[in-house]
Order: sequence, then structure tokens, then C-alpha cells
Amino acid sequence: MTVTYPETPWLVTFLTAGDPNPKLTLEYMLILEKYSDIIELGVPFSDPMADGPTIQKANVRSLKAGTKIRDVFNIVKEFREHSKKPVILMTYYNPVYARGIENFVREASECGITGMIVVDLPLEESEEYLKACEKAGMDTVFLAAPNTPDDRLRMIDEASSAFVYLVSLFGTTGARDNIPDTAFKLIGKAKKVCRKPVCVGFGVSKKEHVKSLVDAGADGVVVGSAIVKLIEEFGNDAHQRIDSFVSELRKGLSNK
Amino acid sequence: MKFGEFGGQFVPEVLIPPLRELERAYKSMKEDENFRKELDYYMRVYAGRPTPLYFAKNLTEYAGGAKIYLKREDLLHSGAHKINNTIGQALLAKFMNKERLIAETGAGQHGVATAIAGALFGLKTEIYMGSEDVERQKPNVFRMKLLGAEVIPVESGSRTLKDAINEALRDWVATFEYTHYLIGSVVGPHPYPEMVRDFQSVIGKETKIQIMEVEERLPDCLVACVGGGSNAMGLFYPFLNNKSVKFVGVEAAGRGIETGKHSASLCAGKKGVLHGMLSYFLQDEDGQILTTHSVAAGLDYPGVGPEHAWMMETGRAEYVAVTDEEALKAFSILSKLEGIIPALESAHAVSYAIKLAKEMSRDEIIVVNLSGRGDKDLEIVMKLLS
Repeated sequence: MTVTYPETPWLVTFLTAGDPNPKLTLEYMLILEKYSDIIELGVPFSDPMADGPTIQKANVRSLKAGTKIRDVFNIVKEFREHSKKPVILMTYYNPVYARGIENFVREASECGITGMIVVDLPLEESEEYLKACEKAGMDTVFLAAPNTPDDRLRMIDEASSAFVYLVSLFGTTGARDNIPDTAFKLIGKAKKVCRKPVCVGFGVSKKEHVKSLVDAGADGVVVGSAIVKLIEEFGNDAHQRIDSFVSELRKGLSNK
Repeated sequence: MKFGEFGGQFVPEVLIPPLRELERAYKSMKEDENFRKELDYYMRVYAGRPTPLYFAKNLTEYAGGAKIYLKREDLLHSGAHKINNTIGQALLAKFMNKERLIAETGAGQHGVATAIAGALFGLKTEIYMGSEDVERQKPNVFRMKLLGAEVIPVESGSRTLKDAINEALRDWVATFEYTHYLIGSVVGPHPYPEMVRDFQSVIGKETKIQIMEVEERLPDCLVACVGGGSNAMGLFYPFLNNKSVKFVGVEAAGRGIETGKHSASLCAGKKGVLHGMLSYFLQDEDGQILTTHSVAAGLDYPGVGPEHAWMMETGRAEYVAVTDEEALKAFSILSKLEGIIPALESAHAVSYAIKLAKEMSRDEIIVVNLSGRGDKDLEIVMKLLS
């Protein structure tokens, strides 16, 4: 099945793989799929230092359910039987390193994963990883932050083949009430510097947020913790909640 | 910036600029005469340097081989070597105009040493500590509070030291503009491993002078315990180019390496990436970090400083592991024979030094870093010995 990126602007929605267990992740992904342009799937990790409490707890739930890296790949493999929307894997570096960088990227690609974000792998350390991605035809996404200087942002843009992930604020992942000014400033800067699409994440949790970011020029908006929170609250029975929440978020992309 | 392939800066993008700022500040301060003078002043009149190098006559007789010297870091203010680093970094934070310190702590020794430095230099101080450790180390929690620091219990993950580091990093990501993250060991992203090593190197520099004064030659072997590895790096580093001096790092074998309940990252771990560095970590085949065990809370960490990883790979240093039981035995022996109650961490080094001395001749010399005193451990030792 050939994966294609829909036209921008994108709604990118996130789940932690294996939360609350691999089977339900697939079911929940298929709900997200109805309203999203791209699915971002988090690899559960014992030490998710860039994540706030909501996604930390999702990591714990997933690992407690016994989720292995192989299960994460298999979820996407099954997902591919139903959908050709892009799936971007979000992971910390150690699971990639432990499996062998080339092995990890190849296996992920074979299972239908479209691209990867490695949260704690900055450009300077990514030579081998980039080579492996190129070899396997894996898309790359690097993060940029509000304090990333222009010249670095340019390098990040060059190294990212799918899109640049703009971190909206100084902090960890997690739903917030308001989108901070740093996000809008960063979009402004990134739109000038970057050639790839730019997607904004961290703290985005409402239809109004999605709309304001897209209006400000974002090519995509990532919503994670707000969805994961529904799994925290409703566990195995979150289907309906996720459906109505994400369909509502979708309305933020009014011009689409 | 790296030690062979080890070290590096494996951090989220947002931390790259603050790490660069720290790197620049540290480089310029390192050469700055006033900074060095001020650090030296506080080391002497506040922390209590130089610490003595003591010939442990009774312990030497007991072991029946090489002469054993103890570098008495236990006599420092705060009771451990940690203060060499916290005063240095707090001074640096002041020069960088940061108004707040954050730190992680396991046993509470680094937390206490950071709280002391915060009090001394008037910096607001917050210490992240796993809630499990808060429970296990009540006296140190109280000490930190007395010193004016706030202790923040960490409920995430395994609720121990590694999670406290995660939480401190999460804080720093949001607050770096006015906050210095005072890492307590030779771990973390560059420049921390190098900077902490430099501040701790005072241990080895003094040892070199002191042993030359007494023995008129360099020691044959240096022995120190290794959790993250700061006291060991501090002792070893000034001898790096003295190839005749052998380095032995002693990790915590806990209940035995074969039980899986230990903290011996170099002896039993694999290469990996965590807390900003490429080093050795205790992890499963998926790269999930394992929980660790040691009777010595200060060794209870699933990773190790990257420079140690490099010294192991190049063969410059040897790494061994000592069990809880062996460490406890050494704890009692040193207390009875020399009248010195060592920290349980340091007792690991003492234990191995006794073994090693037995195999060496009487004209050979071992220096053991007695990195801390054991008052903090009395409760746990009482429980275990009764």
C-alpha cells in the first residue's frame, strides 16, 4: 500500500503504542485515522524525559502491559491493512540504538512506518541514523525549539524529509490552556527559514488552538497528551470519547 | 567533547542552546584567575581542603600486603566529596547570573552538598529526589530543608535517582534561562562529565603531592567506588598519563551480578544512550532501562560516566564489582581497625582494596578514595547487621 501525505494543513494525532495494550492501540489508531492526516505513534520508553506526566503515565501503562518494540512494529503492520495514511514513529534514541540503528530503521520501514522522530537525537549525533533512514527510505523529522537559532533551524530543515516539528514552548509535552507566544513567533521564523512543512506540537489540546496555529501559518498541528488523557481516564472503553474529541479537533482545520 | 565514542549531547533540541551557553561559560571561567582564586578560597576555608592522605597502618597489617593509604574526602564539610563539585558549579552559576539551582539526588548526599552551596551563595535551591529515596533517606531530606532547599519528591518511573534526573531535566527544559542544573556526577550531556571531573580532580592533584611527600614515589594502584563515577574520576584523572599507576573502579554488585539485583553498569551493562550521554547502561534487549539495586544509595544508578566507559574500553582502567555483603564487611572492618566509619559507597572501594592488597607485595602502594563518611548509613547498617 503506497503511503501518501495529504495536502496541508495537517492534523497530526498521537498515541503511545501499547497504551493500554497493543490490540487497543490499533483500534484507537483506526479511529484517529478517520479525522487525521498523519498518525504519530510513540514508542514506550522507561525514561521519557521530554514528556510531561500524561505521556509518562502512558509509557508506564504500555510497558506494564508488556509491550515490546516488536509489538509496536506489528501494530503498524496491521494498521497498514486498513490505511495508507502516514505513520510517524516518535521514539527516544536508546531503543533504536539497542536494536542496532540500521536494524531498527529497516524493520520499522518494512512494517509500514513512514517516518521517525528521535526526541533526544540532535543533528550532531545523527549521521549514522540519517544514513540508515536514507537506505531504508524512512522519512525523517527533527525538532526545533523556540530558542533554536536560524542557522540551526536551516540545518534541521535540511535534515528533515517529511516535516519540521516545532516545539511550541519551553517545557515538556502536555495539554495547556493557552498557546504561548513562543509558538507563534517560532512559526513566523520557521516559515521564513524552512522549506519543508512545519508542524507545531506540545500543549495543543483544543479546536481553537488548532485553528489559531494554522491561521498563523503552521502546516500542521500535533495533538498528543489531550488524546492520551482520554485513555488514562477511560482505558479500554475510550473509543467513543476519542472519536468525538478528534472529530471536534478536525473542525479547527476549517479551511480544509 | 567526547571520550572516544562515549559522551556527546543526546538531548532534546531545546537544551542545545543552554548547553552551549554552559560550555562557553565554563571554558572562560576555567581560565579566569578570579574564578580560580575564589574557588580555591572556598575549598580551603569553607569545605576544608586539602584533605589528609592517611596511611591506614592497621588495615594494611590486616590485609597483609601492599600499603593502603586513604584519601580522606570523608573529612570534608558535608561529609563527602560531592561538595568539591557543588561549590564549583554554584560559583559558575553565580558568574552566569543564574538565580536558581536544581539538582537530582539519590541518597541525598549531592542534594545536601547542593543545598549547602545554594545557601552559601544565596541561590534558590530545589532538589529532585525519587519518592522511594525520600522515604529511605529521611535525615538527608531534613538536612536539605534545614539548609533552605526545597525537596521535590519524584513519583514517576522507578521513583529513584534516574527518575530524579529525568525530572530535573524536565524542569531545566522550561527554566534554563534563570536556572542552573547542577549535575552531581561525571554524567549527563557534555560539558557536564568534563566539568564535574575537573572540579573533582582536586582529589587526585592533592593525592599526587601528598604521596610524593611521604613515599617519594607514585602509588601503584588507585581504587575508588563507581556509581556515576565522580569520586573515581577525581582521583584518577591527574594520574591519567602516569601509566605505571593502575586504576580500579569498584561497582556495586548488590546481591550478586547473577541475581540481576545490582548496579554494575560497566561490568554487566551494554552501550546505550540515556541522560544525554552515550555510555554503558543496564538495560533489556529493547533498550528499556532496568531498575538497579545497591545497599549504597549513591551507587544505585543504571549508568556510568562516559569517560569511565572510555577508560574501560581502552584498558586504562579496570572495573570490578563488590557485593552488598562484602561492602558491609569492609564497613565494619574499617570502623573497628581504623576508627573510621566509611560511607557504604566508599566501603565498596575499601573491600576491593583489601582483596587487592593481599595479592600485592609489601613495598607496593594502594590509594583508596574514602569518598564519604558513614554517618548517613547507620540506620540501614543497623537494620542489616541485626
